[in-house]
Amino acid sequence: MSTGFTLPAKSPVLSGAGWSAFVLALLVVCAVAPLMNLLAPQDSVFHMSDYAVALVGRIMCYAICALAMDLIWGYTGILSLGHGMFFALGGYMMGMYLMRQIGRDGNYKSDLPDFMVFLDWKALPWHWTFSGSFIATLILIVVVPGLIAFVFGYFAFRSRIKGVYFSIITQAMTFATMLLFFRNETGFGGNNGFTDFKRILGIPIATASMRMTLFVLTGCILLGFLLFARWLVTSKYGRVLQAIRDAESRVMFSGYNPLPYKLSIWVISAIMCGVAGALYVPQVGIINPSEMSPANSIEIAIWAAVGGRATLVGPIVGAFIVNGAKSWLTVAAPAFWLYFLGALFIAVTLFLPDGVVGLVKRLMGKKGERA
Amino acid sequence: MAAGETDARIEALNKAVASADDKTAAFIQALSDDAVKLVGDTVVVVKDGKGFDPVTGAEAALPDTAEDVVNNNRMRGELDSALAALKLFSKDDKVRSAAIKAMQSETDEAKLPMIQKAFDAEQNPAIKEQLGLVRAAVLLNSADKSKRLSAAKLLSESKNPNTKTVLIERLKTEDQPDVKAAIEASLRTVEGSLVWGNRLGALFTGISLGSILLLVALGLAITYGLMGVINMAHGELMMLGAYATYVVQGIFQKYLPGAFDWYLLAAVPVAFMTSALMGAVLERSVIRFLYGRPLETLLATWGISLMLQQLVRTFFGAQNVGVENPSWMSGGIQLMGNLQLPWNRIIIIGFAAAVLLAMGWLIGRTRLGLFVRGVTQNRPIASCMGVNTARIDTYAFALGSGIAGLAGCALSQIGNVGPDLGQGYIVDSFMVVVLGGVGQLAGTVYAAMGLGVLNKLLEGVAGAVLAKIAVLVFIIIFIQKRPQGIFAMKGRSAEA
Repeated sequence: MSTGFTLPAKSPVLSGAGWSAFVLALLVVCAVAPLMNLLAPQDSVFHMSDYAVALVGRIMCYAICALAMDLIWGYTGILSLGHGMFFALGGYMMGMYLMRQIGRDGNYKSDLPDFMVFLDWKALPWHWTFSGSFIATLILIVVVPGLIAFVFGYFAFRSRIKGVYFSIITQAMTFATMLLFFRNETGFGGNNGFTDFKRILGIPIATASMRMTLFVLTGCILLGFLLFARWLVTSKYGRVLQAIRDAESRVMFSGYNPLPYKLSIWVISAIMCGVAGALYVPQVGIINPSEMSPANSIEIAIWAAVGGRATLVGPIVGAFIVNGAKSWLTVAAPAFWLYFLGALFIAVTLFLPDGVVGLVKRLMGKKGERA
Repeated sequence: MAAGETDARIEALNKAVASADDKTAAFIQALSDDAVKLVGDTVVVVKDGKGFDPVTGAEAALPDTAEDVVNNNRMRGELDSALAALKLFSKDDKVRSAAIKAMQSETDEAKLPMIQKAFDAEQNPAIKEQLGLVRAAVLLNSADKSKRLSAAKLLSESKNPNTKTVLIERLKTEDQPDVKAAIEASLRTVEGSLVWGNRLGALFTGISLGSILLLVALGLAITYGLMGVINMAHGELMMLGAYATYVVQGIFQKYLPGAFDWYLLAAVPVAFMTSALMGAVLERSVIRFLYGRPLETLLATWGISLMLQQLVRTFFGAQNVGVENPSWMSGGIQLMGNLQLPWNRIIIIGFAAAVLLAMGWLIGRTRLGLFVRGVTQNRPIASCMGVNTARIDTYAFALGSGIAGLAGCALSQIGNVGPDLGQGYIVDSFMVVVLGGVGQLAGTVYAAMGLGVLNKLLEGVAGAVLAKIAVLVFIIIFIQKRPQGIFAMKGRSAEA
C-alpha cells in the first residue's frame, strides 16, 4: 500500500484505545457474561438466558472463521471457498473424542460408538487410534487441517493457481470431501455424523457450568486470535502479504518468493478454522457432513465482506450481524431469510466494498470534517 | 379354481391354462383383479357392480352375502404367470413378445406343455427364438438329466441378463458334475456377450451425461469463458428454464390437450427467453458494476442464486414439480438384451449437438459474434471502432443465460424439477469450463464429453460417490499441471 520510498513507521499492535477496547471485551467475556448467566436471578433484566449463551458462543466460533477468512482473503487477496471443510475437520476431530467419551452409555452399551455397532464393525478403524486421548485430540485439531491445507496449498500455489481458479478448486475440494464423509465406509458416521455427546474430560457436557466454560474458552481464543492476527498483519510479514494482494508480480520482481508467504498464511488460516470447528461441536452437540457444503464456505466469505475486509475487527462484527440476523429471521420470517441473505451478498459487493467498519469510518470521517 | 386350498387352486389353474380358451382367460383376469366372488358354491364374476356367470356369461344375482375370493401372494404370482402364458397365444405380435418377457424368469415345469404348444404354433422367427430360450430355461430345472444338459447348452445362445440369473440359480442346486460343467460353460458365454452390452451401456450413459454437462457448460463458456464473469447463479438460470417448461406444459394441458405431445417444441423458445430476459436484467442491474472484479462477482451472483431459489419456492412451492415426457420421448431403442437406449437421452444428445452448432455459428459467423469476440479481446479498441460495448455485454450475458435456460428445459425431461435443481450442476459445470480452458468452445466440448464418460466408466468400477470424488481429484491434479486447461490461451491475455 505504501507509495513513498521510505516505509511508514511500524504501527503498534494495538493503539491505546484499541487496548482499552480489547481489555473491555475480555472482561465482558470472562466475567460479565458468566455472572449474568449463572448468578443473576432468572427474572432480572441482567439475566442472560441459556439460549443467548448458546447463540453467542456459536457466533463466536463463526467469528473465528471470519477472522481466518480475513487473513487469507482480506489481507492476501486469496478467496478460499474451502474454509468450511477445515472448520468441519476440526469439528470431526473433536467429535471423535466426544464419541469415545460416551463410553458404554450409548444405545447398544458397547465400547464402540453406536454407528459402528449398527454397521457391525468389530474394532475401531485406524484413524480413530488417537481419539481416546484428549491431548492427542488437541494436537490433531491443529495438525489435520494444517497438514491438509499445507499439501493442497503447496501444490496449488506452486503452480501459481490464483484468483478465481483457486476459489473454484477449493470449492471442488470441499465438495469432494463432503461426498467422502457422507459415505458410511469412511468411518465418520455417514449422513448422521456424530451426535448425542455425553461428557467431555469425564464431565457431563450439558450442564450450565460446562456451557459457560466453553463460552469463556471460545471468547478468549477468539480474542487471542484477534491479537495474533493483528500482530501478524502489522509485522513485515503482513506487509508482504498485502503487497502480494495488491501486485504479486511486483513482489516477485522485488526479490520475494510469494510461495512461503501465501502457504504459511493459508495454513494458519486453516488451523484457525479447525480450532473454531473443534470449539463449535461441543457447544451445538452435533457434527455432520452438511457442514462442508459449498454454501457454508461461501457464507464465511460474506461474514468477512459484510464486516469489512482487511480490518480484522470487521469480520468479527460481520459474523455477529449476519448470524444474529439469521437466528432472528429464520424464526420470525423463515421465507424471508434467503431473500435477505441474497440481497446482503449483492448490496455489500455493490455498495459497501469496505463493509460496515468502512461505513462507520466514513461517517465518522465526515463528522470530523464538518466540526 | 376360485375356492379351496392354495395348492389345489394352483393345480386347477395350470390345468385350465393348458386347455386355454377366451373365457378362461377372462376369468383368470377377473381373479387377478379381485373381481370374483363366491355365492355359496357358485362362482360369480363382478363387473360394473353386477354379477355374471363365468361360464355362460349370463347375468347372475349378486346377494350381499357374497364372499370375496382371497388370493395370497403365491396365488397372485401364479395368476400373473398364467395370464402371461395365455397371452402367448394372442394374435398380436407385440402382446406375445411382451408375454415372453414376463415369463423369462419362470421356471415351473408345469408350464412346459403350454410353452411347447406356443413354440410349435409360432410363425414369427424372432419370437420363436425367444420362446425357445424360455423353454430351455424351464427345461434347465427338469428332473431329466439329459434335458438339463441340452438346455444348458441351448441357453448359451441367449443375450439376456435374466438367463444369467436362471443359470446362476440352477448352478447352486445342481449336483450332477457334467451338467454343472455345461451350465458353467454357457454362463461364461452369456457373460461374455453381456459384457459388451454393459460396456456400451456405460459408454452411452457417459455420453449422455457428457451432453448434459455440455449444455450446462456452454452457457458458462460464454459468461465465464468469454466475459470473465463468474456466474454462480447459472444453475438457477437453468432452474428457471426448467420451470418455464413446467409452466408451458401446464398451459398446454389446460388449453391445448390435443397438442400436448408437442408442448416441448413450444417450451424450448420459452425457456430460452425466460432465462435470457432474467440474464439481461441481472447484467443491467448488478453484474455491469462488477466487471474486472471476479471475486466480488462470485459473491454477488451467489446472492442472486439464493434469491432466485427463494423466489421459485415462493411461487411454486418447495416441492419438486412434475414434468412429463411427451409420448414420443418415452421408450427407447433395444439394441441388445441388456442394452436399451432411451429416446429422451438420445434426443438430448442431439439437442446438445444442435445448440453447440448454433452457438458456434453465432459466435463465429455473425456480426454479433464478431462484436462479442472483439470486445473480449480488446475492449477499448472495439469501443473505438464504434462497437457499443455495454450493449454487447448485455447481449452476450443474455445469450449465455438463455443457453442455461435451454439446458434447464433439457434437464426437466430426465430428472426432477425443483428449486435446488441448479445446485447439483454448478460445481460440475465450472469444472468443465476450467478443465476445457477459459474462452475455448472446443475445449468445453472435449472436457464435457471426457468428464461425462470418465465419470460413468468409473461409476461401474467404484460406485457413484467414489467415482465423483475420483473425478474431482483428477481435475484438481490436472489443473496443477495445466493451470489454463486443456487448450491454453496463448499470449498475454492468459495471465490476466
